[in-house]
Amino acid sequence: MMAKQSIKFIVVFLLVLVSFKSFADGGSSHHEKGNVIDTPQEIKDHIKHHLKDSHDFHLFSDNAAGKHYGFSLPVIVWTSKGLKTFMSSAFHHDDAGHVVVDKGDVKLTKIHSKIYELNAGATAVTFDDKHHATNAHKVLDFSITKSVVGMLLAGVLMFLGFVTLAKGYKKGPIPTGIGRLLEPLVIYVRDDIARPNIGEKKYRKFMGFLLTVFFFIWILNLLGLTPLGFNVTGQIAVTACLAIFTVVIYLFSGSKDFWAHTLWMPGVPVILRPVLAVIELVGFLLIKPFSLLVRLFANMTAGHFVVMSLIALTITLKESFGAVGSTGMSLVLALFISVIEVLVAFLQAFIFTMLSSLFIGMAVEEHDHH
Amino acid sequence: MVIPNLVGAGLIVLGGGLGLGQIGGKAMESIARQPEAAGKIQTAMIIIGALLEGLAFGALILGS
Amino acid sequence: MEMLLNDFSPGLFIMQAVILVILIFLMAKFAWRPILNSLSERESGIEDALKAAEKAKIDMENLQANNAKLLQEARTEREEMLKEAREMKTKLVEDAKTEANETAANMIAQAQAAIEGEKKAAIADLKAQVSNLSIDIAEKVIRTELSNKDKQVALVESMLGEATLN
Repeated sequence: MMAKQSIKFIVVFLLVLVSFKSFADGGSSHHEKGNVIDTPQEIKDHIKHHLKDSHDFHLFSDNAAGKHYGFSLPVIVWTSKGLKTFMSSAFHHDDAGHVVVDKGDVKLTKIHSKIYELNAGATAVTFDDKHHATNAHKVLDFSITKSVVGMLLAGVLMFLGFVTLAKGYKKGPIPTGIGRLLEPLVIYVRDDIARPNIGEKKYRKFMGFLLTVFFFIWILNLLGLTPLGFNVTGQIAVTACLAIFTVVIYLFSGSKDFWAHTLWMPGVPVILRPVLAVIELVGFLLIKPFSLLVRLFANMTAGHFVVMSLIALTITLKESFGAVGSTGMSLVLALFISVIEVLVAFLQAFIFTMLSSLFIGMAVEEHDHH
Repeated sequence: MVIPNLVGAGLIVLGGGLGLGQIGGKAMESIARQPEAAGKIQTAMIIIGALLEGLAFGALILGS
Repeated sequence: MEMLLNDFSPGLFIMQAVILVILIFLMAKFAWRPILNSLSERESGIEDALKAAEKAKIDMENLQANNAKLLQEARTEREEMLKEAREMKTKLVEDAKTEANETAANMIAQAQAAIEGEKKAAIADLKAQVSNLSIDIAEKVIRTELSNKDKQVALVESMLGEATLN
């Protein structure tokens, strides 16, 4: 029953996606000379643009007709004059600060996927020679961006799937349907990630976090491989947030032994203890979360970069191999890397969860006093 | 003299690759020696690999 | 690094934190807790079932051992009973035989005694009759013989000759 509902949900969601509205482009500066992306610089820009978060759900463009297909998403920003909300279509796909949205008391513009508030009195953005805006500053951007949509989608998928599994246990001890796929994964996280690293006695408390994070990252990684073009786990803010959650959890659940060993390591000459304490603190507060967040971010970004570059081979190699040759080559290579990326999607979710539970295990461990 | 970023990146990748090669090679050897411990060795290998990867990526990011 | 910091969006960070907190809470409440509880219930159920099966097996073995023991005991008891019965039978037969023998011997002895008695009585009777008869004969002979003197003497003579025999 629930499985049917979730399938229905996915179908409805896809229908919403397909029934995008098209709207005319106002003043795009990026592709003035060409009608399609064909130069290396344009490909680079396109990839860079994709790797960033975006304020509208862009599916594809017809630059010859000056049309973009997709749908706009709500923009919610906290400006100096309070909360402002409007749809991203107000920017008319401008990403270079040309279109200024006048919201009465504040003027807003979008430069490289970031929303800037123009300083009082200014009507247009001016740039310095390094292309930094001189008369505008960034605002706190709570927009429902593409990444937020991706997170919500992943959350809804997870919720539907696992609530189905949970409800399935009421009918009998063996799950049916989608539960049969999900149950071994839950058992895998519990028995191969949480239990050996945290310990039999304490693992139960952290299962909620570990399971949620594992499936959240995995689903988002896989969503990134779909043509919808999400790059949620390639956003440094997202991975930073995940890493900081882990840090907060292991700092707040650290046992007495953990703090004793971190701050005043026993069995070491007294002179060395403060040095060790500094090293340990830096390790736990900075290096570990930094490596967590950077690993996930860099892996996903690199994966997207490589896949997109290989797809772009169809354009860049056209002159030397002909249309069919370059397309075939790019197809084979992109397929190969995509298969590896499917593995990486799982591996990164696994490693993030694994290292999180390892760190939590270090923090909650109670040593035998020696 | 300023070392260009790309050279730095190359050095990082070189070091990281050497490290990963060591980890992978030794893990393979251990698995060949003790095939029954393959699961544990694999997990340890992945963890160490991940730590190394974090280090290399950290350096790449700091350098970029 | 600079590019990265520039890319970092605090707003997205906050949105992600809010979504993640809500998601962890919802998932823990509606999915993970029931799933993990059902899993551990099922596992402990399986473990209990295995233990119960093991116990049943041991019980069964004990029972079988008991049965064998009982059977053995019953067999020896039966054997003993049979032996006893056999012994009793031979004893009874023996007893009956001796009794019968004794009775027979007694009866024979009594019969012999009776026969002896009868024989003695019959002999006594015969003796009396013979003596009576001989006295009668003697009377008659004497009457006839005493008429003739010579004959009397001859008779006495022969009688005396005969009388020495008895």
